[in-house]
Amino acid sequence: MTVPKLRIAGLDKSFGTGERRTQVLRNINFDLADNEFVSLVGTSGCGKSTLLSIVAGLQDFDAGDLSIDGAPILQPGLDRGVVFQSYTLLPWLTARQNIEFALKAAGYDRAACREIALEHLDLVKLSQSADRYPSELSGGMKQRVAIARALSYRPKMLLMDEPFGALDALTRHQMQELLTQIWEEHRLTVLFVTHDVEEAVYLSDRIVVMGIGPGRIMQTFNVDIERPRREEVMETPAFMDLQRGVHKAIREASRRPEMA
Amino acid sequence: MSAEPPAKTGPARPAPKPVTKQARRRRSSGIGVPIARSRFLMIAVAVFIGLGLAWWAATGLEWVKPIFLPSPGSVATQIAKLATDGTLWVDLTASAYRISIGFLIASALSIPIGVLIGSFRSWEAGIEPLVDFIRYMPVVAFVPLSILWAGTGDTQKFLIIFIGTFFQQVLMIMDNVKRVPADFIGLGRTLGLPDRKILTRIVVPSALPGIWDTLRISLGWAWTWLVLAELVAATSGLGYRITVSQRYFQTNTIIGYILLLGVLGLITDQVMKALEKVLFRQEGHSQ
Repeated sequence: MTVPKLRIAGLDKSFGTGERRTQVLRNINFDLADNEFVSLVGTSGCGKSTLLSIVAGLQDFDAGDLSIDGAPILQPGLDRGVVFQSYTLLPWLTARQNIEFALKAAGYDRAACREIALEHLDLVKLSQSADRYPSELSGGMKQRVAIARALSYRPKMLLMDEPFGALDALTRHQMQELLTQIWEEHRLTVLFVTHDVEEAVYLSDRIVVMGIGPGRIMQTFNVDIERPRREEVMETPAFMDLQRGVHKAIREASRRPEMA
Repeated sequence: MSAEPPAKTGPARPAPKPVTKQARRRRSSGIGVPIARSRFLMIAVAVFIGLGLAWWAATGLEWVKPIFLPSPGSVATQIAKLATDGTLWVDLTASAYRISIGFLIASALSIPIGVLIGSFRSWEAGIEPLVDFIRYMPVVAFVPLSILWAGTGDTQKFLIIFIGTFFQQVLMIMDNVKRVPADFIGLGRTLGLPDRKILTRIVVPSALPGIWDTLRISLGWAWTWLVLAELVAATSGLGYRITVSQRYFQTNTIIGYILLLGVLGLITDQVMKALEKVLFRQEGHSQ
C-alpha cells in the first residue's frame, strides 16, 4: 500500500458558538489516490464546498486528520491549486499577467513566468487572448484562464469548487470536454465539487455522495467507464444507469435529516 | 420593448386587429429606458438656458430689485472687471492652494487608515466607532474652535477641510475595501502570499477604482468646507470675497462667485471622472 495523495480521516466541522453551534461535517473519511479524479456531489447545504475549502486550507476544522503525501495540511499553500466558481481573475491584469501573478508568487523568475504562462494559455486554447483583460473575456474563457493559472505552478493536486456552475449549458459542455482532455493527457489528482451529476459521471473516476444534517458521506460510486471519454459516452446505457444511481443516492441522502 | 401582442379573443369576438405601427413603436420614456446621448445633452442644456432666461427676464422686467438679484449682464461685467484687475486670480489661487493642501492631507491619511480598518477587524473595532461618532459632529461647530487653535491663517482652512472630509473618507474607503471579493483574498492565500502582500498586491489594486470614486465625491464636499472656513475668517479667497461683497451690497460679485464655485466643482468632478476612465479603463468601468 502506498500513501494516498490526499487523506481525510475523521474530519468534523461546526459553525457558530454556544447554542447556535451547528455541525456541518461529521466524521468524513476518504482518500484520493495519486492521479485520481474524485467528485463530491450532494444537495446544497451538505457541506461539500466547506469540505473543499478546508482541504484548500482556507477554513479551520474541529477534529480529524488531513494530509497530502503524508504531510498534514496546516494552511493554504502552493501544493494545492484552487479554482473558484467566481473565476477570481484580477481585473487589472491581462490573461497572461494573471497567470504570471501566480507564478511570481511561486517564486519563478520573470522569463520563466512568461514562458510558462504562454504555455498554459496554449493548453486551454487561449493563446490568442493572452493580452486581453478579463472584462474582454467570456465566462468560459475566464474560467479557462483560472484553470491554466491553477495548473501553471504544478500543484500536487487541483481543487475545483463548482467551476462550471456559472456557465451556460453549451459552454459548460465544452469546458467539461476540455478538462477531461487535459486530465487524460497530463494526469493530476483532482477533487471536484459539483451539483451536476452528469458532469460528475463524465469527469470522475469516483463519485462521493454527501448527505445533509450534518454533512457526511452516504455512498461512493466507482465510475468504470472507459477513457478517453468523449461527449458520445453520455448516451451509453452504462453512463445513464450510473447517472440514475447517483441521482437516487442524492435524493435518499437528502431525505434523511438529523437521525444521529 | 415592443407592445404586447393582442390578447387571444373568444370565438364570438372579431378577429384581432393587426398591431399598428404606432403601437409597435419603441418606447422613448419609462423607467430605465435608454435615450440617445444627444437627446440627454439637449435636455440638460435646455434646463440651463431656461433658468438663465428666467433670471434675465426677472431682472430685465424689474420683478425684483437689483440689490437682491442683479441682472446676468451686471454679474458678467463685475466678474470681468474683477478678472482684469487681478482680484479674481488672487482669490482663486488662494482658495485652490487651500483646498489642494487640505484635501491632500485628508486623503493621504484616510486611504491607509481606511484600507487598514477595512481589512482587519481589530483595527476596525478600534477606529470605526470613534470615526462614526466624530462624523456626526457638525463641521460648522468646529469653526470657532479651529480659529482658537489655529488662528485665521491657512492652517485653519486646512483644519476645517480636514475635519469635513477625512472622517467621511475613512468610512467610505473602509467600505470600498470590504467590497473586494472574498475569493480574491482566498486566491492570494492559496498562492501562499503573506497578509502584507495580499494587501498591497490584491486588496489595494482591487479597491482602487472605488477609492478613486470616494476621492471624487469627497472633493466636492471639500469645496463647501473651504468656502465655509473663508466666510468666517479669512483675508483672501473666494469665500472671503463673498463676505466682503455682502458688506457693500455687491450682490453681483456674490452671485458671480457662487456661480464660479459651481463651475469649479463641475470642472474638478469631470477631471476626476476623465482620469478614472483612463486609469481603470481595462476594468470595464467605462461601459
